[in-house]
Parts: sequence; C-alpha cells; structure tokens
Amino acid sequence: MSQAILDVKPEYPWKLTPKDLVTDFLGALFTLASTLAIVGFSPLKGKLGFAITLIFMAVITTTIMSWIKLDRKAAFNSATTVLVYVTASFVIIALASVLYEIIRLGAPGFSFSIFTNDMSQTASDMPLTEGGLLHAVIGTAYIVTFATLISTPIGILTALYIVEVKGRFAGLVRFFVQAMSGVPSIVAGLFIFALWMIQLGNAYSAVAGGFALTVLMIPTVARTAEEVLKLIPSDLREAGLALGATQWRTVAMVVIPAARSGLITAVILGIARVVGETAPLLLTIGGADAINLNPTQGNMSAFPYYVWKNLLIGSENAISRAWLGVFVLMIVVLVFFTLARYLGAARGGRK
Amino acid sequence: MSNENISDKNKNREENMSQMTGKQETATDRNTNTSNTKGASATRSLGDVAAGREAKVGKAFTGGSGLEARGIHAWFGKKHVLQDISLEFATGTVTALIGPSGCGKSTFIRTLNRMHEFIPTAALAGQVLLDGKDVYEPGVDVTKIRLKVGMVFQKPNPFPSMTIKENVLSGLKLSQIKIQNSDELLESCLRRAGLWDEVKDRLNEYGGSLSGGQQQRLCIARSLAVNPQVLLMDEPCSALDPGSTLRIEETIRELADTMSVVIVTHNMQQAARVSDYTGFFLSDGGPGRLIEVASTVEIFTNPKEKRTEDYVSGRFG
Repeated sequence: MSQAILDVKPEYPWKLTPKDLVTDFLGALFTLASTLAIVGFSPLKGKLGFAITLIFMAVITTTIMSWIKLDRKAAFNSATTVLVYVTASFVIIALASVLYEIIRLGAPGFSFSIFTNDMSQTASDMPLTEGGLLHAVIGTAYIVTFATLISTPIGILTALYIVEVKGRFAGLVRFFVQAMSGVPSIVAGLFIFALWMIQLGNAYSAVAGGFALTVLMIPTVARTAEEVLKLIPSDLREAGLALGATQWRTVAMVVIPAARSGLITAVILGIARVVGETAPLLLTIGGADAINLNPTQGNMSAFPYYVWKNLLIGSENAISRAWLGVFVLMIVVLVFFTLARYLGAARGGRK
Repeated sequence: MSNENISDKNKNREENMSQMTGKQETATDRNTNTSNTKGASATRSLGDVAAGREAKVGKAFTGGSGLEARGIHAWFGKKHVLQDISLEFATGTVTALIGPSGCGKSTFIRTLNRMHEFIPTAALAGQVLLDGKDVYEPGVDVTKIRLKVGMVFQKPNPFPSMTIKENVLSGLKLSQIKIQNSDELLESCLRRAGLWDEVKDRLNEYGGSLSGGQQQRLCIARSLAVNPQVLLMDEPCSALDPGSTLRIEETIRELADTMSVVIVTHNMQQAARVSDYTGFFLSDGGPGRLIEVASTVEIFTNPKEKRTEDYVSGRFG
C-alpha cells in the first residue's frame, strides 16, 4: 500500500500536452505566414501594416482554433485573451521605447563631472565634457522640496477633513479639489505670476516656482490621500474611540499609522505630478545658468528649464544636453521613488 | 420594571441555589467544567447547559449596580429601532443578549458607551446610568465614559500599525493616561485575556500576525488595559472557530469576577454556557423590544413568554 503511494509521481495534467504545443506552434506559424502573404500581396505596407495585420490574423487564428477544439464560448474567450495581451503589449512597447530613447540619447553624455559644474562658464554648444547641470539639480531640489513641504500637510489635512471630520463643507471641498486637479499647469504658473510676483512685487525665485507647483500638487495629494483614508476600515476608528480616545488621538495614532504607506504613496504621486512641470516654472523661476544657493532670491534653474532651454538653442551638443537632462531627471526620480517605497514599507504593519 | 422581575425570580432561584452551593467553584474549576460539558452538550438541552454551569445569580445585585439602561429608545433617521429598553447590569455578572438578527441588540449595547452617536442619522431617548449618573447628560466627558465602559467588536480589529505590546497598551496612549509599570500591566492584561502564554515571546510582532482567535483575545486585552467597569462584547465569537470561541468564553467567565460583561450573541449555546442573565430581544417588523429578561437558567428552562420559549427551543429565528 505504502509502496503504491511512493510509486505515484507528481503530474501536471493542466499543462499543455505535446499535441497542444504542436498545434499552437502551427497556429503561430500560420499567423505569421498569412500576415507576410497579406503584406506582400495587398496595399497594406510597412511596419504599421504588418503590425495591424499580425494582430488581426492572431485574433482570427486563435478564435478559429479554439472553436474547432472546443466551442463558441472558448473561441470568444481566446479572442478576448489575445486582445488583452495585445493592448497590454502596446503600453509596454510605448513605455519601453520612451525609456530606450532617453537612455540611448541621454546616457552617452553622462559623467560625474556634470554634478559638480554648472553652465555659467560654458556655452551650450560646447562638448558635453564641459559644464554640467548642478544648478538644475539644486534648483529642482529647492523647488520640489518647498512644494512638498507645503502640499503634504495641506493635502493630507484636506483629506482628513473630507474623510474623518466629514465637516459641513466636505462635499464642497471635495468638489474644489477635484476641479483643481484638472487645472492646466500653465494656469497655476500664471496664477502665482499674477499674485505673488505682480501683485505682491516679488521677483523670480525658487520660492515662486515652489508656490506654483504647490497649486498643482495639493489636489493630487489630497485626492490620493482621501482614497487611502477611505480604505481604512471604520472598525479601527471605532476601536480607538471605544478606548476613550478623542477623535484627534484616534486619527493621529490609529488611522494615520494604518494608512501610512498609502499616504507616502500619495505624496510620491504628488511629486511625480510636479517634478517634470515646465510651464509654471518658466513663468516663476526665471531660469539661470549659474548655481543660485538662495531659494528666496534670484533666478533659479530646474531640470525642465534646463531641458527646454537647450532644446531651444538647437545645436547638436545642446540637444544632447537636453537628453542628458531628461536622463538624469529620470534617474533622480527612480532613486527617490525607490527610497520612498523602501521607507514606506520599512515598518509595514498592514499585511 | 424588568429589574423587579429579575429580583423576584432571584428569590426563587436562591432556593434552588441553596442545593447547589456545594458546587460553588473557583473561576478555573468552572472553566474546566465548561470545557467538559461542551463535548456532551450535543445531547443535552440548553437548560441543562445553563444549569450545569451554575451562575452567580444568588449574589446578583449585591455588588452595587454599575450600569443601568432606563427606557432606551433609538432611531436611525425616521426608523424606530429600539423601544423602551430597561435593563440593569450588576457588577460581577455576565448578561447575554439574544434574539434574531436586526432586533436591535447591537444598537442597544452601542447606546451604553455612546458609540451609537457615530452613526450620522442616529437619535436616542432614555437614560443610561453609570454609577447613578446619566452618561447622556450635557457636559459629560464622553471619552471618560468609554474608558469605563469598554467594548469588543464583532470582527477582531487590532491596530495594524502597532505591535502586540503596543496594541495592549494603546488605550493608555490613546487616552493619555500615564502609568509607571507598563510591563506588569501588559502581562496582567494578556493573562486575563488568556493570551499571555501564546504571545509572551513575540510581544514585538505586529498584531496582524496572530490568528483570528488570538487577535480577538488581543482586542479583549486591549480593552482591559484601561481598567473598565463594564465590558460590552458585540458578537465577539461570530468570526471565530469553536476552539477560539471556547477560550474566549473562559476569558469572559474570568473577567466577570471583577467587572460586568454584556455580550451580544447569536449562539444560544454560548449564552447558556457563559451568562448569568439573558435578555431576549425581538422585533416584529417594528422597533426591537426586550421581550423577557431573567436568569439564564430560567430563560432556557422555564421562560415566561411564549415567544422566548419558541426562540430558545429553535422553533423560529
């Protein structure tokens, strides 16, 4: 008896049989052959024509094959499966090609000297071994830090008002937050330009740029934080209140820690929303080629500004500088996000 | 009025009790007894179960009344969900509230520690007296009420961002009570909740790493840390397996030595096993009402109301 049990080997009856593999391979071969035939003998030409025909033929082949093998329901299932795969691969192809272009054009100019030099002594047209983008690093750091410092508390407190306090104006606030998240970024820049600079008479500075990005960042943080707070089960709030806590203590000690990683995500999404914004910065920071360590005074540079300016100059080296700027910005964002994710998950209470 | 009923019945009970006084046991003995009877309970009536674990009915109402509800009505919007509930909960007793779903048992216990008011459309009439003072009186500090009347919820809900230790002591932090010997308190709360031996080596793990039954006992320990006079339990075992349920029932029996426990349950076996008094709630489509309240043995062996008898004998509900 026990011998018989030992003789049983693990099997995988749900896996494809050799016969299935052969028919699948033949199906794929047929798809490819028919696509080549159609592209060869019809007005559909070029890469685009090939791609469209291939998708079309793949859907048709899999559908007919499952229909023959099983039935109509299976055929419909196969057709939708193929379509889902195709759509997903479109997104991946688009993202991968953007990434590929940035690395292809941006990486060759990369060296560590770009982090120690600015462009005050260098013309954009000069080779990339000269000059650097330290001024843009400092500018973006100032502006985004400033915007984050203002937007995070305001955004999260707004979300708390909507979800926890449920005040009389919660609906109205929610409506305005949603409306604000649709504001075009140049309007935010124009608003700060009109109010902070023209009305209040301030000059270009990192602070003005930070204010402009704040206008864009608050709605993103508030809306994401609102969704995150709504996911916290009301059990936890009741448990806190039933232990004799005030609402404030419950929110601060129970709700916010439980929502911690989600709230960090909300801030990250807010930063992601604004870090590449160009239009509002053009109106508010003035732009510079030299390092400016004073965030409250004087023209300031930033990554988007650096990219924009070099693209405008348009010479070969300048355009390479622009790609380099995009490449470094991408790395900075990647490092920052990884760090934030790590910090957010470090004390992962929620399972 | 129902209280007078109880008192009358108590006198009757006491005669029966005198034969049973030999059976007065310590908390631990009683627990072993509970577990022994549990196995056999399939072949025994609920009345036998209730009688087998002889209650503290005899000394009822002598320890001074801790909590009393007087003429409680409750509404959600225009819907009248509770009508004229009067009940007294003596210190040192366990009161079970039974009845079909939707008859207002949970709503009722939520009025006792003022959790009812968190539902936006809720309304209330009547009085809840804690040590003779109405908890709904203007100017009462509601957080102090909830410290004295603790609550355990249907679903185990330990705070996910806190460790086991922090969870137990969270009530102190939440209500800003400072104490000296927090380690002693931690151990005593976990012991009273019957969890200490299982978690003493993993106090710094998160509460979410425990099993459902352990989580619920952690929630009980958390409620105990602020030293409440009354513990309200809203179907504390409905999400748990029989083993965990039994552990929690033992815990409830032990707790009843020092406080009064009010437990809402759908499980009549549980009511019979664990409670000294049982109140039967019923709603005939309208607001829920307290049909009958008496000692648990009485409810399960000799109920006065026909509807109670029908319910406890499983004829409806």
